[in-house]
Parts: sequence; C-alpha cells; structure tokens
Amino acid sequence: MKIQYLGIENINGPLVFIKTPKEISYDEQVELILQNGERRIGNVIEVDKDIATIEVYEGTNGMNLGGVQTSLKGKPLSIKLSEKMLGRIFDGAGRPIDGLGEIESDVERSINGNAINPVCRSYPKNYIETGISAIDGLMTLIRGQKLPIFSGSGINHNLLTEQIIKQSNISDSDKFAIVFGLMGAEYETADFFKTSFKESGVLSKVVMFQNLSNDPTIERILTPKVALTCAEYLAFDLDMQVLVILTDMTAYAESLREVSTLKGEIPSRKGYPGYLYSDLASIYERAGMIRGKNGSITEIPILTMPNDDISHPIPDLTGYITEGQIVLSRDLSQKGINPPINILDSLSRLMKDGIGEGYTRKDHAKIADQIFSSYSKVQDVRALSKVLGESDLSETDKRYIKFGNEFEEKFINQGTDERRNINQTLDLALDLLKILPEEEMDKL
Amino acid sequence: MNTKVISKINGPVVIAEGDADFAMHDMVKVGKQKLMGEVIKLDKKSATIQVYEDTSGMKIGEEVYGENEPLSLILGPGIIGNIYDGVQRPLNRIEEVLKTGYIGKGVEVSGIDLEKKWNFIPKVNIGDSIEYGSILGCVQETQAIENRILYPKKLNGKIIFVAEQGEYKVTDTIAKVQMENGKIVEINMYQKWPVRTPRPYKTRLRANIPLLTGQRVIDSLFPIAKGGTATIPGGFGTGKTVTQHQLAKWCDADIIVYIGCGERGNEMTQVLEDFPKLTDPRSGRPLMERTVLIANTSNMPVAAREASIYTGITIAEYYRDMGYNVAIMADSTSRWAEALREISGRLEEMPAEEGFPSYLPSRLSEFYGRAGRVETFNGDIGSVSIIGAVSPQGSDFSEPVTQNTRRFVHVFWGLDRDLAYSRHYPSINWIISYSEYSNELAEWFDENINEDFSNVKNQITKLLNEEDELQKIAKVVGKDVLSDLKKLVLEICKCIRVGFLQQNSFNEIDTSVPLEKQFKMMDLIVFMYNESLELIEKGIPLSEIKKLGFFERYLKLKYEINNKEIQKFDSVKHEFENEFKKLENEYEGHIE
Repeated sequence: MKIQYLGIENINGPLVFIKTPKEISYDEQVELILQNGERRIGNVIEVDKDIATIEVYEGTNGMNLGGVQTSLKGKPLSIKLSEKMLGRIFDGAGRPIDGLGEIESDVERSINGNAINPVCRSYPKNYIETGISAIDGLMTLIRGQKLPIFSGSGINHNLLTEQIIKQSNISDSDKFAIVFGLMGAEYETADFFKTSFKESGVLSKVVMFQNLSNDPTIERILTPKVALTCAEYLAFDLDMQVLVILTDMTAYAESLREVSTLKGEIPSRKGYPGYLYSDLASIYERAGMIRGKNGSITEIPILTMPNDDISHPIPDLTGYITEGQIVLSRDLSQKGINPPINILDSLSRLMKDGIGEGYTRKDHAKIADQIFSSYSKVQDVRALSKVLGESDLSETDKRYIKFGNEFEEKFINQGTDERRNINQTLDLALDLLKILPEEEMDKL
Repeated sequence: MNTKVISKINGPVVIAEGDADFAMHDMVKVGKQKLMGEVIKLDKKSATIQVYEDTSGMKIGEEVYGENEPLSLILGPGIIGNIYDGVQRPLNRIEEVLKTGYIGKGVEVSGIDLEKKWNFIPKVNIGDSIEYGSILGCVQETQAIENRILYPKKLNGKIIFVAEQGEYKVTDTIAKVQMENGKIVEINMYQKWPVRTPRPYKTRLRANIPLLTGQRVIDSLFPIAKGGTATIPGGFGTGKTVTQHQLAKWCDADIIVYIGCGERGNEMTQVLEDFPKLTDPRSGRPLMERTVLIANTSNMPVAAREASIYTGITIAEYYRDMGYNVAIMADSTSRWAEALREISGRLEEMPAEEGFPSYLPSRLSEFYGRAGRVETFNGDIGSVSIIGAVSPQGSDFSEPVTQNTRRFVHVFWGLDRDLAYSRHYPSINWIISYSEYSNELAEWFDENINEDFSNVKNQITKLLNEEDELQKIAKVVGKDVLSDLKKLVLEICKCIRVGFLQQNSFNEIDTSVPLEKQFKMMDLIVFMYNESLELIEKGIPLSEIKKLGFFERYLKLKYEINNKEIQKFDSVKHEFENEFKKLENEYEGHIE
C-alpha cells in the first residue's frame, strides 16, 4: 500500500522539506510526483517531529509547494539486479536509458550495501597483469584491490584506463565483467569508452551507469553506490571477476559538498563535510574478496586533483583509504611520455604479497626497490644539475641523468597498444639499471 | 520501563524525548531494531544519543530503552586471540549469527564465550584476607598467557568459599567473600568495567625500562619505555601501518592490543592471516596467542570508531592489572579524531580548529594519560604503552591532531615521504624524530647491553646531524668540492642510513634484530669512522680508503651475520683493523 502526502513546506536547492508523516523512516526512499506527472526519486536524510528533509536526486526544478505528492517506498534506495544488466546502459540513479526496457528481477538490494566483516575478507594476492610496465613492475595491481588513478585536468587518464581494461588478463575468463560509473563526465569521455568497448568487443560484458556533466549534479551521489551494488551482485552472487571504474570522484565529492552546504552543516577542510572520509570509505571499501566466494571486486576510481594538488582533501583522503595510488604527472605528460605515471608518488600496498616467486618472478621486489631508489636519486641529481649545469656533474651523477631519461623514455613510455609481459618488463628494468655503476646497486 | 521516544534522527545522532531518567554515557537500545547507543548529551526533556550502528529505517516515535549502565566491557578469560568491533562484539560471532560476510545490525553477542569451560586453579584459601586486586586464582587463557582472576570489589573481605581446581564457566562462582560490611558476595571469573573510566592502580612507577622492538632506528636512536607513549605521524604511503605491524609482531610486550581504527579492511585481514603463522620469539607460540584485535574499518559505523580506542585501552588495563606489560597500537588516532569531529558536527557544536571540536586536546590527553608503568594492588608491576599512528591531513604535521598529540606523547617517530620514495624503510626521519626517554633509558642500555652504548649512539646521532648540514651544502655546490673529511662523513652516513637505519621487514634475519647486534653494528660504524679519520688526517686520500671496500661490505653485513652469531662482528672488526693498519703502513712506506 502506498500512502501519498500532498504539498511541501519548503524547497532549498535539491532539498525538500515536508511535514513529517507518521510512517516515514530515516534513509527511506521516496518518490515525488510533480503536478505534470513527472516522478523523481529522493531520500530522507533527516527527520524530526515536525519536518523531514528529503534530498531530491534529479533536482527541484519545476516543483511547487502545493502540487507535489510525496509517496513513501518503505525501504531504502534500492535497485533490481540481474545478469541481464550486462551490456546495458543506465542513468546515474540506475534506470535504463538505452531504450531496451526495465530490468525485471526478484533480487532487489539497498544501494548502501553493508560493510564486509573484516574476518570474512580474504586477503587479495593474485596479481593482474596489465601489460603496462610501470604498473606491473612498480605498482602491481592485485585482484580485489582498490587502486585509484590521481590525474589532473588536461592529463589524458582515459587512455591509460582504456589500456588497463583492454590488456588486463583479468578479462581472459568468461566470468568477467566491467562496471563503469561515470559521474559528471563529459559526453566525449562517455563516448570514448563506449567506442572503445565496442571495438574491443567487450561491450556485452560492461554495465554502464552514466551521469554526464549536464545531468543533475545530486544524482551523482547515487552513481558509485548503484554501480557498486551491481558489482557486488555480479561478484559475490554470480562469482564474476569484476573491475569497477569510477570517474570522476572529484565530481562526486563536489556534489556531496553542495548538499552538505545547503543542509547548513559545519564544513571542515575546503568546505567539504566532516564525514567526507567516512563517505569515501563507504565507496572504496566495497572492493575486495570474501572468503568462500570465487568472485572479486577490483576498483579503479579516477579523480582529478584540483590544481594538481595531491594534498587537496579529495586525493588526500582517498589515498588514506585506498590500497595505493597511481599518480599521473603533468611534467611527464608534457614531455610526451605516455602513460605519464609519476612512479615516485605512486604505490601499490598489496604488491608486496602478490609478487615474487610463484606469482611474478623471484627478483621482482628487489628490482622494483632498486628502480625506486635510483629514480628518486635522479630527482636530486637533476636538481643539482640545474644549479651546476650538467657538464659540471660527477661521472656517477651524469650516469644518473642518463638513466633517468632512458628510464622515462623506454620503461614508463609505452605505446597504447603495446603489451609487455612481466618478464619483458623486469628484464627491461634490469637492462636500464646497467647504465648505473655497479656500486650504486644497494638493493639488488 | 525506562524509555524515551525518538524525536529526531540525523545519521548516527538521535534525539529522544520523554520522562525517563537517563544518565550521561549510559548505554541505550535504540528503536525497534534495538541498536546500541550511548547518551552523549542531556537536557531537561531530551537526550542526545550516538548510535553505534547504521540508523537507516528508523522512525520518529520508536522507543529508546535505557540500560542504566555506562558502556562497559566484559572482562574475563577468552579475550585474547579475538577480533572485536569497536564495542567488543567478536566479529567471528557476528559472522556465525548472521551467516553472511557482511556486518548487520542489532546483533547481540557477548564479548567473551560464556559457555566455554576453563581450568581454574585457586590461589587463596578459606579464611584468607583479601583486598581489591588480590589474586583469587588463575586459568591458562592461552599457552602464552595466564589469566589471573582478581578480586573486583572495593571493600576488603575474607574468603569463605573457594572452588576446587577444575573446569568452570566464567559465570560460575569460584569464590565467596564476606566483605567488611558483613555482606557476602559471590565472585565469578568475569567483571564489567566502564570503558571511559581508567582502572585504578596502586602507584605509578618511573618509565625506565625500554620496550624493545627489534627495530634499529627505534631501539637504538629513539627508544620508547615500557609504559611510555609514542606517536607515528606520516602521510599516506609512508609506511605507518607497516611500522605498526612490525611493532606488534616484534616488541617485547606480553600482550598486544591492536586497534584498527577507521583503517582498511584488508589490513585487518592481513593481520588475521599473518599473526597465527608467526611465532613469538620469546614464548615460541603463535603471535595470535598474545594479541587482541579491535577492528572498526573505515566503512563501519563512525560512533563505534569513537568508542574503539577506549575499548582497546580498557582491555589493556585489565591485563596490566595482572602484572603484564601491554602495548597498544592505535592505527590511526586521526580517524578517531575525525569521528569526534563528525559527531560534534551533527550536534551542531561550535568548532575549533579545522572543524575539530574544542575538546579534542583534552580527549587526546585523557587517552595517552592512561599509559604508564604501575605497581598494581597485588604488588605486581605492569605497564601499558601506547603507540598511536597519526594520519596528518595533506601530510602536514602542523594540523591539529598531530600538533595536539605531540603535546601528550614522549616519543615522536616522524615518517618522511622522501625516505619512503627512495624505499628507505622504516621511513622514520632521524632529524625530526625524538625520544624524551633517551636520558632516562641510557642507564639501562649502558648497564644491560654495553657500557659504551650511549656513547656510541651519541656519535651516530652527531654524524647524522652533520650529514644533514653537509647534504644541504652539497645540494647547492655538489659533493666534489667538499674536503675529504667532509666526504668521509657522507660516506659513513651512507653506511649508517643504508646499512643500519634501513631495515628489511621481509628478510628473516633483518626483520627484528636483538639489541646486542644493534650495538655491534653501531660500534663497527663508529670504529670505521674513527680509523678512516685518522688515516685522512695522516694525508691518505679518502679514495684509497674507499678502495678497501669496507663501506660496501658493511651494507651487506646485516644480512650476512645471523642474529645468533653476533661475535662474528668482532672478527670483522679485527679484519678491518688489520687492513686499515696495512694501508697506513703502505702509505707511510710510500712517503719515505
């Protein structure tokens, strides 16, 4: 039975305030029916004795105080889940927009999900070969990991993302799916990925949730949650290996800030709400593997660092939650190095347990440590050479400069269709290290 | 019934109205789902409650039931080896009850197994006089830990009954005591204790014994005392968690309480997978038999995160009172501070710095103040040491949590991003770090390890500081213009940094190093420095000394010399000495 209430008290941006109906519960889904029959979904974000606050995901355009009917759904925001979602395109709130009809299913889950019990997790150890040297060699991606890409505006992270999707050996098996969440993305970005999926023939394995830059901003708050609820179903109910790509988390966090400000909440850093950490965690922590289940969720969120600032709250808090980060560098991008991965800022926390004998190669860890150590020395020498001039450097230092340049051009730099297996990657690294004098090899 | 009615719901904060008389910090059961909550603010009509579980689906008008007691833990045998959520619910029991891999709501499970039988061995006789904290008996909680059942009442009394040795549940009566006031109490093996109240002790003792960790940069340069406090601040990716794990694995405390506060789920899983496989070098038993884990991962309810560190410290104090040395690793206190901020924001309190509530410093000082080395009421000596990680926003050490923590702790192990970049682990920066226990502990090191210990250590610190200055100069003018004497400092400090300070947690020999070996390693460096210095002063160029290959050789010594064959350092030192002599003689001959 659906009860409907007529009229609202107040509208402020995406927030609607109604007199508290008796049956309303906190965090309940509501449907707002406009006078012209249009239906919009909302969520109860605060209730007291008199007033209930509803966040409306499609915005409040065209709503008037008298004519809107509120219908309570008696459950939190949920979506219907089915294997048939593969190959389909949905809007940011999980409604089909490809004209192929509604998803019919008995399975319906709350998009908020539940936290995985830490004792039920299984520790991710299987590495994913992406065929990209910088990643495989130095920040190995592990199945079940959450590894974000920190980019900047104008740096082409889409190419890297595309290459990861195309080349990952995760996609070898049949039981493979990609869940793609676009938040505030440009039309071109959405189109780029759609074309790319079509060309590589994986379109039937992709579930796409898209909220474009001209779609309602508040709807973006739902997109990652909807996408991950779908991913959890595919991974833990249907035993699939799921790769979740979320882009752009910065747009998501900005929407969160927008709502928070309108609610009159006390801001913490840069106006973002104090619960930004908990909120981001509720998204990122849904990646992982569960003991006794075959599926996995590997998450690659992408975010653009405002003003390339890694200490900005969004990348900063993300880095504290995720298991490492892949940081892209404007300098390398301008030098024409692709993918422009700044290896020193980047890290994969799960790498240490997923490499070595039995996984990749016995000498992998040592080679990686040596590369990091030597390349970080390159930065010092480059700084010195800016002061002294390259010709005044010592012999050793000159070799460091040479190593730095060749490492960037031959190792980090890689064609977008070039696939190097782990042996090629590690051998290449060893070759490059030979540029340096032997006594500088303190990690090998 | 002691109930109020919900009148407002805002995330984890619920306001309830009604006549019922709740007390501050009382536990309540909230709504139809009976979620756990705690009263955090009271006025005439209404009570503000922070709810430890997700409040989705709750309605205005549902009831809140008062429990008439503050948030308390159940303390008794069976705590060790468990993994709890922030309010002492065992996570594997939650899994058994819910039968899914996810955390649900409203699950009521006891912190310890009330059905399990323990072999109780009495330690008192009928007629014995006892006072608070007297040992009534003990049970072997794990192979490594004996749980001592302490008399929990404030009033002195006489034993009128004590159970014979045998199998008992924690709820069984193991003793009856006639108290001073004539009343008879039955004592069983568990007690309840409110988490926010520190457990009492007889006297506080000086913290003058080191908590040894097997980590060179910590033990030798910036030691922490048993009963001391330390903080590890560091941005993401600098190795906070790895350092905390290393400490939990190798420090010489009897019991470890590891609080994963708002951190990653997989990190707790890793501890759960690793610890049962690792053995405690002293007891030879799996590390899990001396460890208690408390996990409130970043996606678990935020109010329980606030409670989790109190849960941890109360458990630590419980074992301290039995005469154990307990170490707490809290990873990370920043998440706890953020939980305070989040709740404070929902209460619409006036924020102080960066949105944190104004009571942040006092809460931090209360927490760290619960550390200490004490004499317990039964005359044993126990300690609680706290090592808190801090995750500074934007890696900026001037933010409120780092700054306020610094005021209340005595050891500061500052992690450095540049060191982490160059894979220098542990990435503890030796210039910004400090230990206020250094002087206090120097005596212990000199007496127990080697009379030269402090002396050698001071030379190492001096060299490192000198190197820091030289590096700054070298950054501008290049190394080549420095004199041989200065270059020697750089060479020696490279040995110190790579050969001594860097420690490989994946290497079996290097992951934890006994203090004797640490001393020999430092001693050898200082010896190399002094010998080389003498040669350079005699006019022998540094390049000749480098040709001896000692500097490179030193870097490998930490792996080559086993922790049990420390005497080998003496022969290496002897060999070096001869070679240095030879070089000197050759050179003198050359001049003549």
